[in-house]
Amino acid sequence: MITYNFLQNYWWFIISLLGGLLVFLLFVQGGNSLYPILGRDEASRRMLINSTGRKWEFTFTTLVTFGGAFFASFPLFYSTSFGGAYWLWMLILLSFVLQAVSYEFQSKVGNVLGRRGYRILLIANGFMGPFLLGVAVATFFTGADFTVNKLRLGDVTNPVVSTWGSAWHGLEALANLWNVALGLAVYHLARVLALQYFINNVRDNEVEARSRHLLKFDTVLFLAFFLAFAGRLFTMTGQAVEHWGHVTEEPLKYLNNLLQQPFVLVLFLAGVLLVLFGTLRSIFSKTFRRGIWFSGAGTVLTVTAMFLLAGWHNTCFYPSTADLRSSLYLYNSCASAPTLQVMSVVSLLIPFVLAYIFYCWRAIDRKPITREELESGEHQY
Amino acid sequence: MNFQTLDLSAIDWARAQFALTAIYHWLFVPLTLGLGLIMSIMETKYYRTGDAFWRKTAQFWQRLFGINFAMGVATGIILEFEFGTNWSNYSWFVGDIFGAPLAIEGIVAFFMESTFIAVMYFGWNKVSRGFHLASTWLTTLGATFSAWWILVANAWMQYPVGATFDPDTVRNEMASFGSFLEVAFSPMAVVKFCHTVSSGWLTGAVVVVGISAWYLLRRREERFARSSMLVGSIFGLVACGAVMLTGDSSGVMVGKAQPMKLAAFEGLYEGSDQAPFTIVGDLKIPGMLTVLATHKLRGFVPGINDILEGGYTLPDSTKALSAEEKMSRGVVALDALTQYRLARSAGRTEKAAVMREKLEANLPYFGYGHILDKKDLVPPVPIVFWAFRVMVGLGSLFCLVFFLLVFLQYKKQLTRWPLLLKVTMWCIPLVYICSQAGWVCAEVGRQPWAIQDLLPVNAAVSALQSPAVRVTFFIFLCVFTLLLIAELRILFKVVRKGPQIEEEDKQNN
Repeated sequence: MITYNFLQNYWWFIISLLGGLLVFLLFVQGGNSLYPILGRDEASRRMLINSTGRKWEFTFTTLVTFGGAFFASFPLFYSTSFGGAYWLWMLILLSFVLQAVSYEFQSKVGNVLGRRGYRILLIANGFMGPFLLGVAVATFFTGADFTVNKLRLGDVTNPVVSTWGSAWHGLEALANLWNVALGLAVYHLARVLALQYFINNVRDNEVEARSRHLLKFDTVLFLAFFLAFAGRLFTMTGQAVEHWGHVTEEPLKYLNNLLQQPFVLVLFLAGVLLVLFGTLRSIFSKTFRRGIWFSGAGTVLTVTAMFLLAGWHNTCFYPSTADLRSSLYLYNSCASAPTLQVMSVVSLLIPFVLAYIFYCWRAIDRKPITREELESGEHQY
Repeated sequence: MNFQTLDLSAIDWARAQFALTAIYHWLFVPLTLGLGLIMSIMETKYYRTGDAFWRKTAQFWQRLFGINFAMGVATGIILEFEFGTNWSNYSWFVGDIFGAPLAIEGIVAFFMESTFIAVMYFGWNKVSRGFHLASTWLTTLGATFSAWWILVANAWMQYPVGATFDPDTVRNEMASFGSFLEVAFSPMAVVKFCHTVSSGWLTGAVVVVGISAWYLLRRREERFARSSMLVGSIFGLVACGAVMLTGDSSGVMVGKAQPMKLAAFEGLYEGSDQAPFTIVGDLKIPGMLTVLATHKLRGFVPGINDILEGGYTLPDSTKALSAEEKMSRGVVALDALTQYRLARSAGRTEKAAVMREKLEANLPYFGYGHILDKKDLVPPVPIVFWAFRVMVGLGSLFCLVFFLLVFLQYKKQLTRWPLLLKVTMWCIPLVYICSQAGWVCAEVGRQPWAIQDLLPVNAAVSALQSPAVRVTFFIFLCVFTLLLIAELRILFKVVRKGPQIEEEDKQNN
């Protein structure tokens, strides 16, 4: 029986899956932050830029779809967080805007900023994109200073339903060390994924050797930040929703969520193991090129599980630190049942979309990128 | 920070920022729609003839398409998120209806575009000719689907159908699957899609014939220029016809759903049964506006003062209310909403029921409760009036140019008319002005409404202080202007270099 409650949980799953896919696809940003270190000469830099350059639109599109799906299924989150944490979201968007043209423009004659200019923008996006997205996602657990009062809509002088407490409008999230820890974990994860993607996608001895070498450092840093955040997550107090929408604080909320939802527990553990397997084998085996398949799939699973921890099981996925009654959970922030039903029908297209993306990627990636392949291609960055 | 009252200048900065980003986005989208179709036609020609000339021709236009596409993508992402960042109340109040088309656009259209554009650019040596051709068409189709859904969203703001206000959630909701269909296929959405997409085709055609004219004047790339000119001008003539027909339907639709906007198009203050159409100044065609707006020889078209003062007979035979009456009913609706929610939370069900009834009786005027002065109901008339004239005037010029281009090619006399070729080149900047003027009519003309009659902009905005929005406005202004300059320089260099098909052929021989 498809109930309203089921639809809310289903849509939170879709949001979680899109979040998981988005973090996996941040390997493009990881690559952006790495290419000056990995590529010693112009030829190898071009190979790296062309390698992620054939994928950047998927990351971008997933970000847009993630936003659109959130808008349609949990509009109160969209209106509260985007309108409140204004600067945090604006900086994320700006970094992606600049990246969107940088691939296409950097090698073109007459591009005003010069090749170097656009490449600096790529590097900026490589750091800011994953780091700030990580910080934003961390606030799903650590909360934010906002209030929601729907009664205000009847007030002509001050009709805005969602208001933000901090004048920093989102930048205050950077003052919370746990948010920063998740931001840095996502940044280093993006690099770990990018290095394994390059090992798979670019055939060049020098690039491969340097990728495997760098992978050790980024893996250590990623694990350090990830474990720090996970340690905090599973010991912290969260906000739980009781019947009739009464919100209370619950110690060890996220640990309870993990242990009491076997599906999420399996997803989380399987994801972490896959990431570790893909990464460690890429470090220790000199011939293993398929690390990205394991780490990529593992990232999708782990991040999906983390989003599910935030939203499922009567949890406030966007806790208000100012007022418990304003905290957002699935029921008080979701779209109406008919909208979720319509959207659920549309979501049946997602497997079909994933299938054609997979098919097209295989077609383009049939030949790995080499110095020669790049010269013979009709379209290059 | 003081949130007790709304920062009024923040509303204007939020409007300015939305206008800025929308204008920039619309510099790139129409070319994507039009050029997409033209390059697909050219690649189809290659698929059918196997002639490498057509492949190179398609590839040249695809190169321009790619440079333009990157800018469209970059400017588009901001628009989507701006609903949340700058129009927070709007996002809650109508997110239940408005969010769905945006999400569908992402799932259905954007992935199609971004997947197949990668095959189009990087697949020439890797996939079969058929698969490649399909990818090019799917890229264009993805862009067109995307236009459909975003225009469904825009049309809904102008003509909000299929929504039910729920006082418990304090928002407009979709009542059933049927109301989704009402939103997705509303007459406003259909007309808006057809008019906007055909204007995109027109833009693509003007750019193609304009660049071809430049080569012809310099006697360069002759086969390429002649072939592109032929495809572009026939396509352009068809697009002109479609733009005119759909423009006419748009006028009728605006007359029905947004009479104030129609009156502003014409600067019409006093309505009449045989309202004239103003060309400029006192040059008027008697009775023409009535014909255009109602498709009848006699029919009352209200002017701005009629709409404010009310009292005229509406098409459903009821009397139009005055603005003051609508505003006072709006205030009653807002008050009833507040009283309803207070009564409900206090458990006073009887009072809640009375208030709900009162709210529902005055619901059509809900948005008017947020209007502080009836003058605010009138959009900036001079801007809309002149934008309308620029749009129609330039549109007529393009029709004439395309007709002459097709006629002279038929007579094989095109190169004997260098002046026409020069005019054709100059049509490139003009088509952008025309297209932007169209959106100025649509969007400035509907002010002050974020959603027609439901939510004015002052109740739709986020609780931000104006300095924050002012800073982001100038950041986007600088970034987009810089990128536009870069894009234009890159495009000019690519055009100046040309497809070099004949030179390559000579070298190969």
